[in-house]
Order: sequence, then C-alpha cells, then structure tokens
Amino acid sequence: MPSLINQTNSLENTWQTISDYNEALPEGNILVAAQYWLDNQVALCERGNVSIIISGDTDLDALGAHLNKFEVIAVSFPAFADGRGYSQARLLKERYNYQGEIRAIGDVLLDQLHFMKRCGFDTFDLKDGLEAEKALQFFDTFSDPYQLAYDVKTPLFRRKA
Amino acid sequence: MYIYDNYDQRIVDERVAQFKNQTERYLAGELSEEQFLPLRLQNGLYVQRYAPMLRVAVPYGLLSSEQVRKLAHIARTYDKGYAHISTRTNVQFNWPELKDVPEILAELATVQMHAIQTSGNCIRNTTTDQFAGVTPNELLDARPYCEIIRQWSTFHPEFAFLPRKFKIAVNSHITDDRAATMLHDIGIKIVKNDSGEIGFAVYVGGGLGRTPIVASLVKEFLPEKDLLTYLDAVLRVYNLNGRRDNKYKARIKILVKALGVEAFAEKVDAEWQHLKDGPGTLTQEEIDRIKGHFTAPNYETLDASCEILNKQLSENKAFSNWYQRNVSEHKINGYAIVTLTLKKLGTPPGDITDKQLDVVADLADRYSFGEVRNTHEQNIVLADVKQDQLFELWQEAKAGGFATPNLGLLTDMICCPGGDFCALANAKSIPVAEALQAKFDDLDYLHDLGEIDLNISGCMNACGHHHIGHIGVLGVDKKGEEFYQVSLGGDSGPDATIGKILGPSFAREQMPEVIGKVLDIYVDLRIDGERFIDTYRRVGHSIFKERVYAKSN
Repeated sequence: MPSLINQTNSLENTWQTISDYNEALPEGNILVAAQYWLDNQVALCERGNVSIIISGDTDLDALGAHLNKFEVIAVSFPAFADGRGYSQARLLKERYNYQGEIRAIGDVLLDQLHFMKRCGFDTFDLKDGLEAEKALQFFDTFSDPYQLAYDVKTPLFRRKA
Repeated sequence: MYIYDNYDQRIVDERVAQFKNQTERYLAGELSEEQFLPLRLQNGLYVQRYAPMLRVAVPYGLLSSEQVRKLAHIARTYDKGYAHISTRTNVQFNWPELKDVPEILAELATVQMHAIQTSGNCIRNTTTDQFAGVTPNELLDARPYCEIIRQWSTFHPEFAFLPRKFKIAVNSHITDDRAATMLHDIGIKIVKNDSGEIGFAVYVGGGLGRTPIVASLVKEFLPEKDLLTYLDAVLRVYNLNGRRDNKYKARIKILVKALGVEAFAEKVDAEWQHLKDGPGTLTQEEIDRIKGHFTAPNYETLDASCEILNKQLSENKAFSNWYQRNVSEHKINGYAIVTLTLKKLGTPPGDITDKQLDVVADLADRYSFGEVRNTHEQNIVLADVKQDQLFELWQEAKAGGFATPNLGLLTDMICCPGGDFCALANAKSIPVAEALQAKFDDLDYLHDLGEIDLNISGCMNACGHHHIGHIGVLGVDKKGEEFYQVSLGGDSGPDATIGKILGPSFAREQMPEVIGKVLDIYVDLRIDGERFIDTYRRVGHSIFKERVYAKSN
C-alpha cells in the first residue's frame, strides 16, 4: 500500500495519478502530466478536479500563469538519484509563487525526505513498502541547516547574528 | 584554522547518527544495495576490490595535529596501519569494515572531522593552494572562502543529487596555480577590480576524465558578497539542465560545451538576477568571522637571512639538496614552507603509515604551530617552520621516511590507487610508479632533469590526473591485457593544458624504457635552464613522437 504523509501525519490520498491517457478519465480528483494538461486545458478546466504532474524537464514558464489554478502539483522522481525535482519545487514556490500543495511522487525514499521538505514539498507519496510511521522520523535529521532554502529563509550566518 | 562552533558540531554529530541509522537499515535488509549506494557514497564509502574504502574529508587540505593523531589512531585500529592522501587532499582508508564505519565517523566527529560529501553526485571538498596564507605573491588567503563554500555546500538540500560529482577549487596566487583550478567544475580565481575591490573570476566546466577540458570564464568579476548566490545559480542551471542519460556526459563541462559558454553564462546570469542581493548574500560580519579563524600565528620577528641555516646548507650536501627541492619561500622573514614528500621508493605515492602520521603530528606541534596541510600532489606541508629549525626538522623527517628531496621532480608522481585497489581501474598504476621510481633513483640525474610532473591514472576516470602531467600515463585495457598510453605537454598551472597522446600504447615492462627515451630527447634538445615542459612547447610534439617510436638500428 502506498502511503501519503505530510511532515507530521499520515494522510488519505484523494488524488489519482493518470498514466494511460487512451482510456476515459476516471471520476474524482486526477493528476495528469503537465503537457497533457497544456494540450487539453479547455476540456480539463471544464471537467475540474484536475491537477498536474511535473517532471524534471517540464518548462515551468509555459505553465506560469496557470500554476495557481492547481490545488496540488506533483513533482515526480523517476529515480531517487534524479535531483531535478528539488530545483523544480523551489522554483514553483519561490519563483512562481505557487501557493498550493507540492507533492513528491515516484521514487520517494526515507533518506530524501529531509531534503524534500527543505525544498518546499508539503506531501510525500512514499514508495511502495515504506511505512508512514517510520518515515515521519526522517524530517528532522538535521536541526539547523547552513543554507537558506524554502523552509528556512535565511542562511545560518544571518540567523546566528 | 576553522574551529567549529556549536552549530557546526551539531551538524556533524547529526550526520553520525544519520549514517549509523542508514548502515543499520542496510545491514538489516531494509535498504537495498541500490538505495544504500548513494547514501554511503555521500559519506565517502566505496565498495572496492577487497574491502570498503572510506574517504575522510580534509577541507582544503588543512589539518590540526590533533586531527592527524586521530587519523593515525583510525589507521591503526580499523585499518591495516596506513592511510592514503588523495588528489582532493582527502584521506582514504582502504581496509575498514562496513560495520565499523559508524564508529569511525563518531571518532572523527570528536576532532571536528567527517566524511560528508567526499563522494557521490554532490558538491565535493573544495580545494586550494596548499601554500595559501603563507606564500608570497598571493592576493589574499583563499581558505576563508573555501570554508564559506564548505558550509554552503554541506547538505545543500537542492544539490544532493546532481547529474554527476561537482568539484570547486579556489586560487588566489597571482602568477601560480597549485590547485589545478582550471580543471574544476568551478574554478574560482580571487581578483581585485580597478577600484581595488575583492571579487572572483569564475571559470566553469573544466575537468579531467574521459573528456578533459580547461574551464571557461563565465564571470569576469563577481563581487565578494555575491559568491554564494552566484554559486547557487550555476548549480541550479546545472542541476536542471545537465545530462542524466549518460554518466560520461553528465559533468557540467558537457553542458557548457553543448550550450556554448556565452549561452551558458547568460542562463546563469538570468537565474542569478533572481537570487542576487537576496538573503543568501554574504555579510561583511560573516566574511570577517570566517577570516578571523585564519589569522597569522605568533610569528617571531626574524631576519630574512639566517646565518645558522646558511652554514648548515654549505656544510651538508644532502640537506642542501632537500632544501633546494622541498623548502619553499615564506612571506614572513625567517620562516619557510616545508613539503614532506610521500613518494619514497617502494611506497605507493600518497601512502602514509600510522606511525608516520604520528610523527607528522609531532613535527607539526614542535616546528609549525600544530598545523599540517595535504596537497593535491599527495604530499604533506608544514607551512610555518623557522629557518633555524630546518636542519633539525630535516633530520627527523628523514628518519620518518618523508624527506626524499624530490618535490616537483620526476619521481614526485601523482598516482591513483589503480587496479591494485580500485574496482574501476583498467590497469594497475602503482607498479608502474614503482618501476619508474626504481629506474630513476639517481638523485643527481633527477635534479639535473629539474621540474617534471609525471602523473599516472589506472583508467579514463583520471584520478591520477594524467591529462595534466607534463608526462601523463594512462592504463588501458587491450583484450584483457594492461597497456599504458603516454601523453605529453599537459599542465595544471595558470596556462592549464591537456596533454597530447604520443601514439600507440606500451606494455608495462616497456614503460621505464619509454619514459627514459622521452627524457633523453628532452636532455638532448633542451637549452640551458629550460624545464621539460618549456622544451616540449618549443620543439613540439612530433619530434618526441618520431624519436620514441623510431625503430632502433
């Protein structure tokens, strides 16, 4: 069972990820690829309850004006070693001023949670087999980081002063 | 040197706890081999041919005697009694047990040391001139900037999973470059602009490996306070745009080449405009705080010329040879910089025993204010030795086995661990180094040859920096047999140059003879006072090629 968490709790996942676009879209909240949304935005806006999935090569500029329409933006990690999602998340919140929920999906492992939190991720769809309860301990690995990021807005040298 | 405050110490302590937990989960089967791999790598832990190799970070090469003693203790207790100085000025242990690594890290943390980001696809140890702060002709001490970069890069949440490893070097010397700055992902040269303000010339996209490239200038003058916001911009552009489909094309140099330097620089600048003058901007207080850790020790006021030393030099030829080669000019009158060479016949370059480490710590305490520096050429420096103590120090260093007077000479080679230890290597490198050390052991001949950088790598990854050796040797695999390719004309200095391949490769047993031929050609063609590299540049590559491959009559 995949488990969804935020930084403190287990959550119910109310969003369904769409991977096969040839079939009719199911009922309820759906996450579709950003490009699919751009190509079908009129119909999808009419449908409602649609949010997008961003991957490492998604051009955020192309989505810029639309971003705050989405309740959730899922940033996908095709492999945990693909670190583009960290920059994408920071850009979404810090550059594009995205106000909604950023969700990490894909190869989301325990030892990455701390970094993800720091970059602005709100929720984490853990990879199959990982326990939510255990994962919740991984957000506080480091208490006082050197750098500024989304979670801590100033570097340590300004906080210390 | 930089001394941790409570914040720094807590970060390292938390890392120890984190890695302990990761290792336990791995040993319990909760983390797969694949999942544990980047975690252990980011902690400097490789799985090598025979045992894991642990690489301990030595930020910009600087160590206290207390830290050196701890390394000696670790070599003795958890390893086979020796350590290895790497070309990133780090220290490697080749034989620890995985289960002991958390304990080793805990021990290191007690002396403000760690293995954070010494491997993996993240920002690695920042290096600089091993003579920083004590050499004449430097603009200013580069080490505080290295420390600022160290802190910024430590657990940077956005850049822990880059396309590939990332190395930064800082140089502040006006005419020289002892840190191979131009062969780094980012090379930073400290400069002054016309108004006398300190800043940085930023070069990006240098590197060795399969595609050796000299870095390109992307920012002519970056104001001091903007260092970290600009680095953030470079790294973000790289993280988002660097190739991830092919690990041999994933370094930033490939991105810079693909986009073109100008387009790359524009992209970085566009990103930087958003970060510039933001909270990441350095404050003068912080720069001053860090600089406050790198103040001069209590130097005595001494004469520039030391009578006792002059007498000792004139009376002892061996001492004088060592002084000529291994002692460098210090910016303070009456002091000298001493390099202890780890390139003795019969010892792999850069290897040092636990006993030697203890001796180094003692020498540092007694002769050099308790500080030691590792060099990227795999030697050890005592940076602040009084001239009238050089003779005494030399005698002790000799007894310790690291006073071979060959600094900068042919036998002061850079050599990677090679096929004897490394799982990636195509060929062994240490036996080649040993064969060359054995053939060229006549010191008078070596001194006559003068300065020659000979670098040996066991594979394309170029850990032995073969591309930038005046003479480079690369181990290659030919149908399962080990062969060696020779290149000439490489240079790691301010005029960084990638060496040119001489021709078809040679069998291992031919290597001493081949290098001998190259040296004979140099000796034959040189004009008085010319170094090997000068002669090579003057007469050109083809003469060497023709003569080395000429059929003997």
